[in-house]
Order: sequence, then C-alpha cells, then structure tokens
Amino acid sequence: MRAAALPAARRAAGLVPSLEALGAWLLGLVWALPLLYSLWTAFHPAAYETHFTLGAPVTLANFAAARQAAPFARYLFNTALLISFILAGQMVVSTLAAFAFARFTFRGRTLAFYAVLLQLMILPEALMVENYRTVAALGLVDTIPAIGLPYLASGFGIFLLRQAFLTVPRELDDAARVEGAGPLGLLWRVYLPVSRATLVAYGLVSVSYHWNNLLWPLIVTNSVGTRPITVGLLIFASPDQGVSWALVAASSLMSAAPLLVGFLLFQRAFVQSFMRAGIK
Amino acid sequence: MTAALGGAGPRGAGAQALMAWLLLLPAAVLLAAFTYVPALGSALASLYSTPHGARPARFVGLDNYAAMAADPVFWRALQNSVVYAAGTVPLAIGLALAMALLVNGSAPGRGLLRTAFFLPTVLPMIAVANIWLFFFTQDYGLVDQLLGLAGVPPRNWLGGPHTVLGCMMAVAVWKEAGFFMIFYLAALQTIPPNLREAAAIDGDRRFYVFRRVTLPLLMPTTVFVAVNALINAFRLVDHVIVMTNGGPDNASNLLLYYVYEVAFKFWDTSYAAALTLVLLVILATLAFTQFAVLDRRTHCR
Repeated sequence: MRAAALPAARRAAGLVPSLEALGAWLLGLVWALPLLYSLWTAFHPAAYETHFTLGAPVTLANFAAARQAAPFARYLFNTALLISFILAGQMVVSTLAAFAFARFTFRGRTLAFYAVLLQLMILPEALMVENYRTVAALGLVDTIPAIGLPYLASGFGIFLLRQAFLTVPRELDDAARVEGAGPLGLLWRVYLPVSRATLVAYGLVSVSYHWNNLLWPLIVTNSVGTRPITVGLLIFASPDQGVSWALVAASSLMSAAPLLVGFLLFQRAFVQSFMRAGIK
Repeated sequence: MTAALGGAGPRGAGAQALMAWLLLLPAAVLLAAFTYVPALGSALASLYSTPHGARPARFVGLDNYAAMAADPVFWRALQNSVVYAAGTVPLAIGLALAMALLVNGSAPGRGLLRTAFFLPTVLPMIAVANIWLFFFTQDYGLVDQLLGLAGVPPRNWLGGPHTVLGCMMAVAVWKEAGFFMIFYLAALQTIPPNLREAAAIDGDRRFYVFRRVTLPLLMPTTVFVAVNALINAFRLVDHVIVMTNGGPDNASNLLLYYVYEVAFKFWDTSYAAALTLVLLVILATLAFTQFAVLDRRTHCR
C-alpha cells in the first residue's frame, strides 16, 4: 500500500511544480511586459512599434528626439534637487522626533505619538486644497521647497526610526553618557550608527516614493525650472499632444532610468530595505 | 541646553521634558502646518461659499454638503472608489501571496521572477501608465492584438464606460502586488522550514498544510497588507490623471481625483473642502482600524 502510494505521490509532486512553474513564468511575463515593451519601442524606429521581428533595426534616435522635444535633463535635475531636499529634511526631522519618543519620558508622550501616527494615514494629497493655500500664503508656489514641505514631517519615518531606536541597549547609552556625551552627542554617536540599516531603508523607500510622486508636484509647479520629471513627462507625453509611442516610451524610460538602474544594481539591498520598512 | 543634560547623574524630569519637546519641535510645527491645521481648515472652509472676484466668502452652513448629496458626480466617484477598493484590494493581496509562495520556493530563476514582480514598485506610475495606455489602445494595442488571436473582437477599453474602471483596477493591481509580495516573503521566511518539508510529502497534504498552517501564520501580514492596500486604493490616482482624466462621463472618476478636479480645474475650493472632509473621514476610519491592528500586533510579540 505504502510502496504503491509513494511513486504516485512523487509523480504528483513532480507534476505540480511544473504547472506551478508555468504559471509563475506567465505571471512574471505579464509583470515585466510593460517594461519589455517600452524597451522594444524606445530602441526601434516608430514603424516597428506594433511589429515584432528580430531583424528590426536598433536606434537611439527616439531618445535624441525626446531630449530635443522637452527639457528632460532639467526635469531630472529638479527631481534630484527635490529628492535631496526631502531626504535631508525628513532625516533631520524624523530622527530628532523619533529620539524624543524612544529615549525620553515626558507628559503627553503617548498622545503626541498617536498624533504623529495619524499623519501616517491622513495623506498630504488629501489635504491638497488647504496645503496649496498655505504654500501660496508663504509665497512659495512653483518652488522646490513647496513640493517638499508637506512631506518633511513623516509619520512613517518617525515611527520607523523610533522602532529602531528602541532596540538600542541602555548599556551603550549609559557608557556614552559616562564619557560626557550630551543628548545630541548620544544621538549622533550611538543611536544613528546603530540604526544605519533602518536609515538606509527609510531613505530608499522615501526616494522611490518621491521620484514617482505626481499629483502634488503637478498642482504646485508651473515652470520648467521647478517641475520634477514626473510632471514634465505628463506634460510632454499626454495623449492629446500627438506624440508618437516611440517618443513616449523613450521619455518614459529616461524618467525611470536612474531609479531602475539603481534598483537592478542594488536589488538585494533594495528588497531587504523595503521588507525592513514594512515589518519593523 | 547640553549643560543641563550633559552630566551622568540623574536629571530633573522638567529638563527631560523640555529637551524632548525641543526635539519634537520641528516635527510638531510641520505636522501642524501641513496636517492638523489644513484638516481643520478644510472643515471650516466647507461651511463657507467660494469667493468669486469681489464677492467674499460667506457662511453657508451645510449648503456644500447638501450640494454634495445632490451631486451625481460625487456619488459616481464614491461608488467608483468603493468598487475600485473592493476589486483591487483582494486581488492584489491574493496575487501578492501567490507571488511570494512562487518566489520563496526553490524553483529555478526565482531571482529573475522576483525582479519582474517587484519592478512596478520602482517604476514611476506616470511612465508605466503611458505604456498601459498603449496596451489598451483599440485595434493595434497589445490587449486587442492578443485577444484577437483568440477571436475576440477589438474594443475601446478606455473609452467604454463599462470597461474603463476595470482597466484602471488592472493597472493598480499590477503596480501594487509586487510591493505587497515583499511583506509576505518576509513573513514566509519566519515560518520554520520543517513545516514546508512536511507540506512537500504529498500533494493533498500540501494544500492542507498551506490552508491550516501557513495561511493562519500569515494572518498578521495579511491584515497589515490589507489596511495598506485599502488606504492606497483611495490614494492611487496618478494613472487616472494620465490615462482617462476620470472619463468617459466620470466612469473612472475616483474620490481623490474628484477633489483635485473640483479644486484645481473648476476652482470651487469650498466644495472641494467638503469633498476633502468626506475623504478624511474615510481615511481616518481606516487609520483607526490600523491603530487597533498595530496594537494587537505589538501585543502578540
């Protein structure tokens, strides 16, 4: 009985994974298809955009044409500025606040922490009308800081870093204080080095979020000098502009390229960072 | 301030509290300016009329909400948002779990698969929405070409009021599933491998172990992912901006997109404030659900 059941089970086990593998590869293909397709279209003449043959000539003309048609270099530079501004601001603001929550006892701490968590759910985008009013009152419409300001105090970042800081053993803390370190010295010399992995994780999540952010930058910018790449791409490649698909694909690839190349190079760190950001 | 706190000895509670609030100050100011005050400001603005030229805003009570109740576009957007959430959340979760199980095994090329699944997370929505726009194009788009092989007649996917929301949902699921897969992957790695080995003994037990052991162990992750997916369902409108502008005839209009439209295309800021408040109430409800869930998660540890 047992001897007869075993080969059948083996066969079933061998069959199931192969069906599984087929499904897996099919799913993977669907998921990679938009990127694969845009690679095909961007690197071939427009005549081949729906015509797939191995003999299709490879060209960089679409990229050159896209760069001629819109100031993508400037848009990418704006995005780089924006990302730097947001990242620097978020790191400072979140680190200080997280340190207060993790290391100090004071009245109203729990309430204050819940107030921070509330921001995690109430997205800045939902408040775009009032935030626009605020930014306008500050005279900041159409500036890089205007795009970044609503995101600087991030409930997500404060929560994440507080969790990391809570794991720092008190002995390390005491040792540094015996050596005469003040609170900020303690933060700088003990807490930040120990939490480096979390800081990197938070940084990566933040960069990929703001690189891809569209709605709020679309609202507060209106000139080439401030528009990030997402808004630039929207204006260039909207369907009513009559731009060819080859140009759309080339410009889309250009807008995604820095992040995409970074991801492919540092994939392991990237994925682990996202995991860390999600779990902790 | 370092002078008061520099010593190794015990510090006064007052000095501690002062230092803590100083550390919190930048976050508090920014949160007040860009979250709390605007939230209250929306509530207040929704009770006034929109100023037009020389005519200033005046108090109108609940008129904006009465207008909302009578606004078919609002109901359409709300209904679309609910359908969008109800459709994308379970589908994205199911696919994310399937992806994690597929990639977690020892199948050849799983690294490549994981890359494929995770790619949409790092691609800007605007860039991929352009590509999807092309896929859905009538006749020569990829969807119609593939369906054409099976003999299905071409159709105007994004122009049809019955198909457009489904297309938006497909793009959202494609964008999100790989991101949620990461959380399942992380959770799967905490499950002892001998459970998986037990599951591999034979086909029937495989599914049984999955249903009775793996799935319950993944429950906290599922709850976490579900709440995040739900919040995302009310946030993700980039592809609507790129692909349809809410059309045709508001068939793909979502709540957040409608707020944007009313505020920055029709410039009716008071009505937009009232709509914002509805959105805030929905998000806050989801937020408190998440608080309860997070609380339970921390107690479990």
